[in-house]
Amino acid sequence: MTEEIIIAGFGGQGVLSMGKILAYSGVMENKEVSWMPSYGPEMRGGTANVIVIISDERISSPIVNYFDTAIILNQQSMDKFEKTVKPGGVLIYDPNGITRHPERRDINIYTIEAADEASKVGLSKVFNMVVLGGFLKLKPIVQPEYVHKGLEKSLPRRHHALIPENEKAIQKGKEIIKAMHLLN
Amino acid sequence: MKELRLMKGNEAFAEAAIRAGADGYFGYPITPQSEVMEYLMAEKPHERTGMVVLQAESEVAAINMVYGGAACGKRVLTSSSSPGISLKQEGISYIAGAELPCVILNVVRGGPGLGTIQPSQSDYFQSTKGGGHGDYKLIVLAPSSVQEMADFARLGFDLAFKYRNPVLVLSDGAIGQMMEKVELDEQRPRFTEAEIISNTPWATTGKTIDRERNIVTSLDLDSGKQELHNLALQAKYREIEHNETRYEAISCDDAEYLIVAYGTSARLSQKAVDLLRAEGYKVGLLRPITLFPFPSAIIAKLAGQVKGILTVEMSAGQMIEDVRLAVGCRVKVEHFGRMGGIIPSPTEVVEAMHTKIIGG
Repeated sequence: MTEEIIIAGFGGQGVLSMGKILAYSGVMENKEVSWMPSYGPEMRGGTANVIVIISDERISSPIVNYFDTAIILNQQSMDKFEKTVKPGGVLIYDPNGITRHPERRDINIYTIEAADEASKVGLSKVFNMVVLGGFLKLKPIVQPEYVHKGLEKSLPRRHHALIPENEKAIQKGKEIIKAMHLLN
Repeated sequence: MKELRLMKGNEAFAEAAIRAGADGYFGYPITPQSEVMEYLMAEKPHERTGMVVLQAESEVAAINMVYGGAACGKRVLTSSSSPGISLKQEGISYIAGAELPCVILNVVRGGPGLGTIQPSQSDYFQSTKGGGHGDYKLIVLAPSSVQEMADFARLGFDLAFKYRNPVLVLSDGAIGQMMEKVELDEQRPRFTEAEIISNTPWATTGKTIDRERNIVTSLDLDSGKQELHNLALQAKYREIEHNETRYEAISCDDAEYLIVAYGTSARLSQKAVDLLRAEGYKVGLLRPITLFPFPSAIIAKLAGQVKGILTVEMSAGQMIEDVRLAVGCRVKVEHFGRMGGIIPSPTEVVEAMHTKIIGG
């Protein structure tokens, strides 16, 4: 198993930390992982993205140009990364703020109204965990017990009281992800 | 027991330096390596091992603090990125001339000048062909993973003390910024004062009545003596070439074509090798781990076996000169790379292999 994922959105949406929690969960489950962020001027300009690879084998390149899954959280990222999903792959996006919806018909497309859901329950900070939950529903590449350990390792000890809230958000994400276009 | 963590390359290097028993870090911030000092400042190694961490007023000050610490027999290090490493070159030349051990990390960004903050490998010439003035060599280690960032902090100190020579860890923005799983060694104690006096009898540890003064200098106004010093340095560099050449050969046994690449480019190229092998082409990857000493002998040997060699570097083509020297004119050697902070994709490497080597 090798899963190559791009997570892309605005800075502040928790794109990098979502990737880190996913990667750390992989480490806890004894998988090979890599987490390669964009740290250039684009990050300073407001958009952020990270490539996360989780595999049972040694990871050759941490930088790839086609992905099994793209998780897209703003329009700029949609413009940039829709075309990078491998044929037959998965695109997950939050329609909030998206003006041009994905048009490809050779991939599986899902929406997750995570921003809406997170604000509804007054937890805008766990927005990224709702999205992560949606992803894990489709691709259960790490088991919930290891996600729990990943959260413990990723969050500073003083924030460990927030882990149940994060796990609730992950659960919510699993419930609200919706298929928009599926291949047969 | 070894400890498993998910860390950035820069952080792994910093933690590994503490665990290698470093006595002091002196640095000045610059992207993309600022996490080294940020991590050390947050970790407060002074409370763990007594290690000093100091933000100097400039890169020039930092390298001269390293010079001073090394002269006292201490395990000291600095880190910077390309423009900052250029500023340190005078000090590095002095440290090499005075034959002192230290570790220097360069997390390379695109140049020339201030260039860009994104990854590049355009400091190969500076690292392996001098950089500063005078006939000297650094031992140059090129990590291609976060694990090697950690491993080479300790290996760097060990080689530096074995040969009384500065060691440069030549990384890049991608290896520095990315996170991977890393196994950390256990804490090694810092040298005690007694160990420094017995292990490094040349160090300026305070004159005792039973020996002459120890003088650490790179200056000798007597040309005859200076030449003898130069000859001794050259003999040392030959010994390092003989003992310390390191490389990794991946899928080379049956290879009909070869890629030579180090650092981030080696990772991309490894994926390219997988893709090319899936297309039916027998391609191997030779990854130099030491850039000085350069693994010329194995490349020369493989040149007798393959039909063509592609070097992949994030530069205009620098290491290719050493590959061509090793190969002679026996097979075609071509370069592929991107500049300006752009990391090529594995599929670009595959295309370059087709157009420049297999079909070229």
